[in-house]
Amino acid sequence: MIDLRKKLAWKTFSERTLSYSRVFSPPGLFPFCLLLFAIVSCVGCGKRTTRVEIGNREQILHLANGSEPEDLDPQITTGVTEHNIISAMIEGLVAEDPVDLHPVPGMAERWDISPDGKTYTFHLRANARWSNGDPVTAQDFVRSYHRALTPELANEYKDMFFYVVNAEKFYKQEITNFAEVGFKALDERTFQVSLNHPTSYFLSLLNHHSWFPVHIPTVEKHGNLYQRGNRWTRPENYVANGPFVLSEWKVNSVIAVKKNPFYWDADQVRLKEIRFYPLERLDTEERAFRSGQIHKTYKIPPTKIDYYKANNPDLLKQAAYLGTYFYMLNTTNVALRDKRVRQALAMSIDREAIVKNVTRGGELPAFSLVPPKTAGYTSGTTIPFDIPKAKQLLADAGYPDGKGFPKIQLLYNTLESHKTIAEAIQQMWKKNLGIDITLRNEEWKVYLDSRKLGKFDLFRYGWIADYVDPNAFLDMWVSDGGNNNSGWANKEYDELIAEAGRTIDTKARFEIFQKAEALLLDEMPIMPIYFYTTSYLLRPSVKNWNLTILDHQPYKYVYLDPESGEVQSKSE
Amino acid sequence: MIRFIIRRVLISIPVLFIIAALAFFMIKKAPGGPFAKERSAPPEILRNLEAQYGLDKPVYEQFYIYVKNALQGDLGPSFRYANWSVNDLIRSGFPVSLELGCWSLMIALLIGIPAGIIASIKPNSISDYIPMSLAMIGICLPTFVMGPLLVGVFALWLGWYNSSGWDFAYDRVLPALTLGGYYAAYVARMTRGGMLEVLSQDFIRTARAKGASSVRVIRKHALRGGLLPVISFLGPATAGLLTGSFVVETIFDIPGLGRYFVTSAFNRDYLLLMGAVMFYAILIVFMNLVVDVLQVWLNPKLRFD
Repeated sequence: MIDLRKKLAWKTFSERTLSYSRVFSPPGLFPFCLLLFAIVSCVGCGKRTTRVEIGNREQILHLANGSEPEDLDPQITTGVTEHNIISAMIEGLVAEDPVDLHPVPGMAERWDISPDGKTYTFHLRANARWSNGDPVTAQDFVRSYHRALTPELANEYKDMFFYVVNAEKFYKQEITNFAEVGFKALDERTFQVSLNHPTSYFLSLLNHHSWFPVHIPTVEKHGNLYQRGNRWTRPENYVANGPFVLSEWKVNSVIAVKKNPFYWDADQVRLKEIRFYPLERLDTEERAFRSGQIHKTYKIPPTKIDYYKANNPDLLKQAAYLGTYFYMLNTTNVALRDKRVRQALAMSIDREAIVKNVTRGGELPAFSLVPPKTAGYTSGTTIPFDIPKAKQLLADAGYPDGKGFPKIQLLYNTLESHKTIAEAIQQMWKKNLGIDITLRNEEWKVYLDSRKLGKFDLFRYGWIADYVDPNAFLDMWVSDGGNNNSGWANKEYDELIAEAGRTIDTKARFEIFQKAEALLLDEMPIMPIYFYTTSYLLRPSVKNWNLTILDHQPYKYVYLDPESGEVQSKSE
Repeated sequence: MIRFIIRRVLISIPVLFIIAALAFFMIKKAPGGPFAKERSAPPEILRNLEAQYGLDKPVYEQFYIYVKNALQGDLGPSFRYANWSVNDLIRSGFPVSLELGCWSLMIALLIGIPAGIIASIKPNSISDYIPMSLAMIGICLPTFVMGPLLVGVFALWLGWYNSSGWDFAYDRVLPALTLGGYYAAYVARMTRGGMLEVLSQDFIRTARAKGASSVRVIRKHALRGGLLPVISFLGPATAGLLTGSFVVETIFDIPGLGRYFVTSAFNRDYLLLMGAVMFYAILIVFMNLVVDVLQVWLNPKLRFD
């Protein structure tokens, strides 16, 4: 009964309200349509000038830079995105050549090396100045390195200084007088460094941001010298000695650096400003590139590489990058304890197929740990792709055709690209060796925790060199290496690495490294898979931009050419 | 009404405290710390870092210090963004999220409510099916599909807008449409449901019988009751909109607050996560209070007690 009444009521109502134009006459409904139409169309008149076009005219370079930096204090930061910004603002004793990154004069206009290779004397430029006008003195370097080695600061790159006499002792507080450490200001403009051993790559080390000086009086003025969160890295406080100086920092939005008029080589600097954008999503930055908002992307979505190769090869830049993607094996695991098992696993991966079909970013298959031609070094050993031999090794270890092989697990951090590689390798081992492995993914910090605690059988790992030398890849596998969680410790290997550190002659040194690497690849606590490449998109108007092995860019040589036939987004 | 509000505020204090305690102890329980990195730092470095931030103290003591400082308005430092405090980050992110939220809310209401009303006037007819299927599409198309779609058409193809950023007034349009469109779909469905409920009631028939025009019936009589479900939905929805959306903020590279909810958890940036969670919690509590007051005002069946 009630239902019927409701129905009737509804019917009466609807019969009388057929006319929408009455109910939603202009004051009723249509404003929203108008509004929608207005907001969508009001900007639509005329073609806009893009940020890149304006930048080209005014020498303002717009760069995507991955993510928001942790800080801009070179003695605190550890990452690549931070380095990209800091290296525009701070110059070390030496600088980098724009093409091959070899050390060229920076704050020091020249240097002398003692015959035993252990003492470096740097002669600072008379016109080297900080952006507040103060001269850059030898004392600035001494005080900066004092700060870097003070334990309270918790500088994660303090070991970059341990080549210097007594630096490690001071850091460990075995000595308390910093004057005993091998840094000396002989006078205002002469700075001397004494090393424990002749270190042939010492000058390249100086281009790592941990060796960059900071203006100590400024740091002291804006907070505790040895504490994080010091406000000296705010744009209004920052004091730099490089080609650019910080002018704006909007968190998660943009960091801008402007030309530093006090820079000794300011005439060389053609850019007026560089703006760094923390674009975290690869597809967002690719779209920003297409709509003319940035000159360069930080990376490129792997799925777009083929498209650009086919349609716009001029925009796509790909270059070797000094890093290796590999799996670390837990050598305390029941099965992986046997060297033959580790070798069998490594030999049965088809690395060519992985770079060709899975990663597809122009990577090189890695048959050794150190990327080829690292500072002229090439590994003497290669891991063969040899299935019969791998099967034989596995049978010798007591698992013929993978029978009786215990369940092992491969751990990687949650990311699609790691997953596809892991699945491909899982398939290869299944097919080639008859071994079943399971895959486990963990969120980044949990995954790092598992590594520390040794909670893995196989662990996905990647390593990017901090400086151009084979040592950057090889010395981490010594017995007490902080990043060696494989459980593998080998006295002979430790000795080889130490011996290489004492050797002056490059050829002899590289022969020792080859021996060490051969030993490492025979013992196989790690399985190299591929060598990294960097891939990104770059506008043709950016000139003097070189592809370098560490992806460093000495910005002072870069300039923008508005007449370069800029391709517009629509035609792409 | 004053008594009602005071009582609600007093009740919310233990609620907020429980949220704070849960969030604090849960994030501490997660494996990995704020300073774990691919290049792992030696133990003495970690100890020094933890000492700098007071993380070497027992967890309950850290919580006590946190609450004490928070009550004085100091939400502590961020571990991930070393030279910004949590206060700095909220202060710089909130105005952006607030602005985006207001635009989105406006779009959600301006599209959603009229669409819902149209659909409710003649249910199960073409004028119901069209807005409702659009709403269904809006609900099913997540913002991470809708955002790139709008960018593809309006920024890349037509070239009217920037594809991302937050520098110019027109940079607001695409993110606001993306976020607002999504909420508009919900609002439309709720409006339709609420209106159908009201339109079938006796007092509407009475109004009709007395000769009120269709416009008058809808605007004066039905709308007030028909919007009640929308109002209660809007409380938490507004809090969500105002604190930003992680997805929309990362798609359009907007420097808002929303990203901190996700990234601070991934980074184990304990205090930033706490700041974001508490800020959101307070906003929700406040919005719910506003909604309750509005409901009493709109619905004659309810009283403050």
